[in-house]
Amino acid sequence: MDPLLEVRDLGRRFGGLLAVAELSFTVNSGVIKAVIGPNGAGKTTVFNLVSGYALPDTGSVRFRGEEVRGLPAHELAGLGMARTFQQIQLVPGMSVLENVLTGRHRHTRTGFLAGMLRLPGTLRESRAARERCLETLAFLGLADLADAEAVSLPYGQQRLVELARALVCEPSLLLLDEPAAGLNMRETEDLAGTIGRINATGLTVLLVEHDMGLVMNISHEILVLGAGRRVAEGEPRAIQRNPDVIRIYLGEEDAESP
Amino acid sequence: MTLRGRGLGFTAGLAVAVVSIQIAASAAHKVFYLTQLTMSAYSMLVVLGLVMLMGYAGQASMGQAGFFAIGGYVAAFLTTFDLAPRRDTLLVALLDRAHLLMTRPDGSGGSVTHIHPWAAALVAIGLAAAIAWIVAGPVFRLRGHYLAMATLGFGIIVHRIFLGSSYFGAADGISDVPALVLLPGFSITGRAASRVSNYYAAWGLVLLTLWMISNLIESRVGRALKALHGSENAAAAVGIPIARFKTQVFILAAVLAALAGVLLTHYNGGIGPSEASVMKSVRYVAIVAVGGMANLRGALVMGTLLTFLSLRGYFGSFDDLVFGGILLAMMLFAPQGIVVGDLWRRLRSTFSGKKRGDDGPAA
Repeated sequence: MDPLLEVRDLGRRFGGLLAVAELSFTVNSGVIKAVIGPNGAGKTTVFNLVSGYALPDTGSVRFRGEEVRGLPAHELAGLGMARTFQQIQLVPGMSVLENVLTGRHRHTRTGFLAGMLRLPGTLRESRAARERCLETLAFLGLADLADAEAVSLPYGQQRLVELARALVCEPSLLLLDEPAAGLNMRETEDLAGTIGRINATGLTVLLVEHDMGLVMNISHEILVLGAGRRVAEGEPRAIQRNPDVIRIYLGEEDAESP
Repeated sequence: MTLRGRGLGFTAGLAVAVVSIQIAASAAHKVFYLTQLTMSAYSMLVVLGLVMLMGYAGQASMGQAGFFAIGGYVAAFLTTFDLAPRRDTLLVALLDRAHLLMTRPDGSGGSVTHIHPWAAALVAIGLAAAIAWIVAGPVFRLRGHYLAMATLGFGIIVHRIFLGSSYFGAADGISDVPALVLLPGFSITGRAASRVSNYYAAWGLVLLTLWMISNLIESRVGRALKALHGSENAAAAVGIPIARFKTQVFILAAVLAALAGVLLTHYNGGIGPSEASVMKSVRYVAIVAVGGMANLRGALVMGTLLTFLSLRGYFGSFDDLVFGGILLAMMLFAPQGIVVGDLWRRLRSTFSGKKRGDDGPAA
């Protein structure tokens, strides 16, 4: 079976800086895969290249067997990619539920005319979307907060609202950009459980993360980046013992005596 | 649910106010007030479109008077330009065959043959929509100040075209625009005898538009527009085609402005280049700002009040200064607007103690 996501020879340069070079990896259906690496290793750039927020200079990105390199973000979303952001991107002035409802965009049809006239079909569609979003909020333990203003919530809950918005897109690949950034230890543990439950529903997850505990705990596979290139790839335990990985994280000397 | 209830309450309240004002004005033998209130109503159509565009979708336009003028001028031109000498040309012959021409006496004893006002209105609004669609392509490559500048440039171009072209009456504008017959016995016209019916027609249209725009805001489209206003990255991530939605809401605002232009031109019996001026565009923006940006009701209440006072001449020769000053003051002191519709909601969420700050970011 084809992998869900197949990245080959990906490259991107920002001025004189080679952010990502000759990077190839695959994400198979059903796994949780993490991309890790020291600061500046190019993790977020890889994410942006894959999800349409930056254009690759070279290489190919195949998603569900289709070449998608260079497609704009909203079209990739239409093909079944959903992502969250390192810097939380919720809409001020909208409730939690309304923010999550924006995630139903591509599963609903109402246009300008139908929206203005409040046609019966529009109302039915809107009710169904609302129910679907409330289910997801309940799944993430946010049911009570549906009517709260999203951006006034604590940080950890805002992250969950972003997650809910991505989930109601019903993606086939969920991209999480540093989901534990800014969370305390307990929230991070809860998040690990949540990502596990999401994965258990059959959803493939690709995440970029700094928190090693979280990554080792939940990932099936790990891709390690250093200076925009692949340093190692494999199961968490193998990665933990990999001398190249230890070297880029801890420096040359420590690699001799792990 | 409560929001919708309040929305209906406001609409009902506004309807009651519209009726009460008419009764009071008639009883006090001051029906002439209704004329300025009718004109204010048409301005409010422009404002409602701009609230959608600027307040909700977050896209500034300093060129709405341009679309208003396109609607008004095209309708005025098509209903006053005499086609009788051109009866032999193919286009005019075709229009005649399609029963789209009418002949009426002109002001100076002769007669004028022109396109039917209904057809002219459709052409005017359609043209405004088409121009909005064409303009949207390049201007929405820009954001923020740059977008405001580009739309300002568009407004200036439109103003200069109408001001400089003899077809459009140059500095005099176009007069002798006929009534727009809506139903047998009822037409959009400034004749004193139809003052009350025109007042109700205009405000009925405002209420209908308010209802439709409110629905739109609550719908999938409204959420998409608010989402792209809040974060274009997040909007794209859920599959919202940002460029298409910006273009569509821009066209919607242009169509409302053009509709207002058409109707007010028939009501006034003419249109002049000052309707296309940049100061008119600034005025619409000032009204949206004073109403609270993303606040249909605030804009409607404040806009009607200010436009009415302006039309009654209360601001004297400081007319433009008042609106410019309002815009400046709003931006400096109250960017959220004066009539803050969601004040209650904000107060409630502030005091309901939603565990804010229990566990801040553990960075």
